[in-house]
Amino acid sequence: MGNFDRSMSLAGEPPKALNTGQKLAVLMGMTGMGILILQLFNLNLGNTALWLSVAILAIFTGIIWFSQAAYAHKQKGIKNDGVWFKSISSRGVLAWMAGIALTGFYIVLYFYPEYLGLVKDGDNTGLIALFDPLSKGLSGNPASQWFVYGTMYTVAILAFGVKFIWKYRHNKYEQLRTVSVMFFQTAFAFFIPEIMARLNGDLPYYDLKNMWPLNYYNFERYRINGFIDSGSVGMTMLFFGIISIFVISPFLTYKYGKRWYCSWVCGCGGLAETAGDSFRQLSDKSKFAWKVERWVVHSVVVFVTLMTTAVIYSYLGNDTSKYWLTKTVFISGVAFILTAVFAWVMIYKREELAKDAKYGAIGYFTIIVVLIGMHFFSDSGNIFIFKAETLRSTYSFLIGSIFSGVIGTGFYPILGNRVWCRFGCPMAAVLGFQQRMFSKFRITTNGGQCISCGNCSTYCEMGIDVRAYAQKGENIVRSSCVGCGICSAVCPRGVLKLENGPEKGRINSKDVLLGNDVDLMDLVNNK
Amino acid sequence: MDHIVIIGNGISGVTLARHIRKLSDKKITIISAESDYFFSRTALMYVYMGHMKFEHTQPYENWFWKKNRIDLVNGFVEKVETDAKKLVLKDGSSISYDKLVIATGSKPNKFGWPGQDLNGVQGLYSKQDLELLEKNAPNNKVCNRAVIVGGGLIGIEMAEMLRSREIPVTFLVREKSFWNGVLPAGESAMINEHILEHHIDLQLDTNLEKIISDDNGRAKAVVTDKGETIECNVVGLTAGVTPNIDFLKDSGIELGRGVKVNRFLETNVKDVFAIGDCAEQHEGIGSRRPIEAVWYTGRMMGEALAQTLCDKPRKYTPGHWFNSAKFLDVEYQTYGWVFSERSKKDNEQHFHWRHLSEKICITVAFDKDSHQFLGLNTFGIRMRHEIFDQWLTENRDIDHVMTYLRDANFDPEFYKLYEEEIVAKYNADFNKNISPKKKSWKRIFSIA
Repeated sequence: MGNFDRSMSLAGEPPKALNTGQKLAVLMGMTGMGILILQLFNLNLGNTALWLSVAILAIFTGIIWFSQAAYAHKQKGIKNDGVWFKSISSRGVLAWMAGIALTGFYIVLYFYPEYLGLVKDGDNTGLIALFDPLSKGLSGNPASQWFVYGTMYTVAILAFGVKFIWKYRHNKYEQLRTVSVMFFQTAFAFFIPEIMARLNGDLPYYDLKNMWPLNYYNFERYRINGFIDSGSVGMTMLFFGIISIFVISPFLTYKYGKRWYCSWVCGCGGLAETAGDSFRQLSDKSKFAWKVERWVVHSVVVFVTLMTTAVIYSYLGNDTSKYWLTKTVFISGVAFILTAVFAWVMIYKREELAKDAKYGAIGYFTIIVVLIGMHFFSDSGNIFIFKAETLRSTYSFLIGSIFSGVIGTGFYPILGNRVWCRFGCPMAAVLGFQQRMFSKFRITTNGGQCISCGNCSTYCEMGIDVRAYAQKGENIVRSSCVGCGICSAVCPRGVLKLENGPEKGRINSKDVLLGNDVDLMDLVNNK
Repeated sequence: MDHIVIIGNGISGVTLARHIRKLSDKKITIISAESDYFFSRTALMYVYMGHMKFEHTQPYENWFWKKNRIDLVNGFVEKVETDAKKLVLKDGSSISYDKLVIATGSKPNKFGWPGQDLNGVQGLYSKQDLELLEKNAPNNKVCNRAVIVGGGLIGIEMAEMLRSREIPVTFLVREKSFWNGVLPAGESAMINEHILEHHIDLQLDTNLEKIISDDNGRAKAVVTDKGETIECNVVGLTAGVTPNIDFLKDSGIELGRGVKVNRFLETNVKDVFAIGDCAEQHEGIGSRRPIEAVWYTGRMMGEALAQTLCDKPRKYTPGHWFNSAKFLDVEYQTYGWVFSERSKKDNEQHFHWRHLSEKICITVAFDKDSHQFLGLNTFGIRMRHEIFDQWLTENRDIDHVMTYLRDANFDPEFYKLYEEEIVAKYNADFNKNISPKKKSWKRIFSIA
């Protein structure tokens, strides 16, 4: 066994040990989970509304109690004692068990919902039946596996959000940010779509904050039809979906960096920052991981752009007299927008891009060539041999289910809480591209105060080696930074500050830090 | 081609090597007996507390050194033969050099206390010290109580570390108030309170008389000069550090407390240099001490000497003094000079503001007659280094600092701002009528 205690015991010595309050809280939360798990075996408990309430309340209260027991008696400040000693947060046995359980849950959720009790054309059974009363109360419809998932997801963000706020009770930025994700999850992802479904049954389920390309299915035929059929409300929502990505998001990202979305609004980010907070230190900081990240995430962007284009293309017509938006108009429009973005970056932002330019160029030309190929070598939306529908279902399977769910959340305890956001999310990549090129956001380094301790890098959930910049006195301007602010919070010397300032001088590079004599700084920095 | 050999792989030696590599193709060898790769000494406490693993304290990945052609040797230098330009290592092997740089850092002070070499008595400086503490104080069953001797920065860090494992800690501090040789009274008093809040048994104005051994040569108690005997299993000696240069005794290199160097960081022997904690200036630069055991001065000496070794001779010329630390949960930064009551000169006057309930305060030092701004200590409010550096260079007066204090704020967004309160207190104390200006990006970034 060596020096390490790999036992699953919750005992052990402080700071690893749980105190009595924490143990009782775990018991309470697990009881709530137990009730849900029992439902999987179709145990008829009788009054479903009651048991659902008991289960959710037990889970919620258990988490809050745990937080209270963990933090309330301590001075406010950074609470990372024992993070690398605890089994759950240091890839120990508990972490693997949690990872396997979560992964299993996602596999069942996506591919075998019948095991959760989903019954087509009939009354639900098991776990899903337990959620029927709540679902009927909100939208009027029986629950689905997605309703169960959405409810638990919201409970997790709310309860662990309270924990996070408690943990960072000295830090106003962290508190506000967390209140924000809790609000957007509860209102936008949970209540509003359910209530809209009650008011207007034809409207597609729409979480308004969930924009394309994260919401990769937003422009599929059935949804477009749904929007159009729902009259002005539907058209407004469709319009909102389009300006979200083309107007609102670029504007906010310019002003505040991509954090406005990734760590203030987004649901994936919301779960990562709350339930996933205990795993942020597990992200891989190696240069190799960074390289993999850039290739993978940008490939997903190319993939989603092609897929969406192909899907929309496939249901548009050719006859200009019927509707102005024909296949030709659409494909030319997409090519035009891509060319415009590409040209703008190449002309004005070449320096920021540096050697990444050629990768960008490859990605861009791939898309353009495929688009043109699609238009001229096919007449039914095929891209050479692939059908648009095949492309869509492949994306939905590989990226939408496996990457974002099974790996993205299931592997929290092993790979860290932002695996999806970092390696997979096309939305994060698009926003990140803009953050790097065209934004006021940066993390400022405070002169020569850095002592290279590494807290910032360790606790960066996106795997950015923050210290590598801080110890050189360089600002951190990285496309992947979601602006969670934890690097700044854990810094013992007050070196890092997230801020929105003038673009000039945002990306700086210094060989000699402030503190050494001025001549030497001039000599080295202006060589 | 010159072969530059650096003894010590801490921040000064490694900064030197990196900068030589940027400027030249010289052969570089770094020798260390402490660790295979460079790590951040300041982060050792976080390994014991479980915030980080040891590997996280290493700022560069292991491939970095080979890629940059910096040879790493794990060995202990026993002897320096300056005539033959040769080092003799403990294992008997030898290494020749063209230029030698001594960057061996410090070791904990021991002042001849009876029992100071017993088992269970240790300092906290090196990686080996950390490993020893893990053995001596793995938990509060093995270590029922620890006594820490010496009220400085390492002492309070060691107390924080042990408290993270809920080990009872008695903290013996010679001074009448924590670190009051450096901090003005108000700040020192605030930190006293904070230490007590963390359930550390702080014993001020108390010295160590002796450490008592059990039958196996382990420390079992300490006796203080107040006549009290405190039972304990671990004694932390944290009464400052001293240059780690014993191996140079017969080398012919001039030694004082440290390795004597001139402003070019040259020793009395040609082609031998010293940087970092172990270097001792013939005279302190400005108000700085001749030996500065500070992270960033080690780094700056490395930056300066790299220029000299690459044929662009540069003096080591540190700019305005600054530093930072963290006392448990309270962050501390200082820019310019703020002296304690014990050491301040007659012309130095202080303005002090402290929050009513939070552990937040600042002290601004200024010249009584000219009102020139001399320096600032800040606790619990982060401030911008660049801004203060400029104000010090421009010889601004304290009124200017008060007026534009908001520009210097470096706290995270949405934090409560205290400039209004601070300036109101300043106006009341000194019968002034200053109104603080709003933050200006233009002013801030014309500097940065």
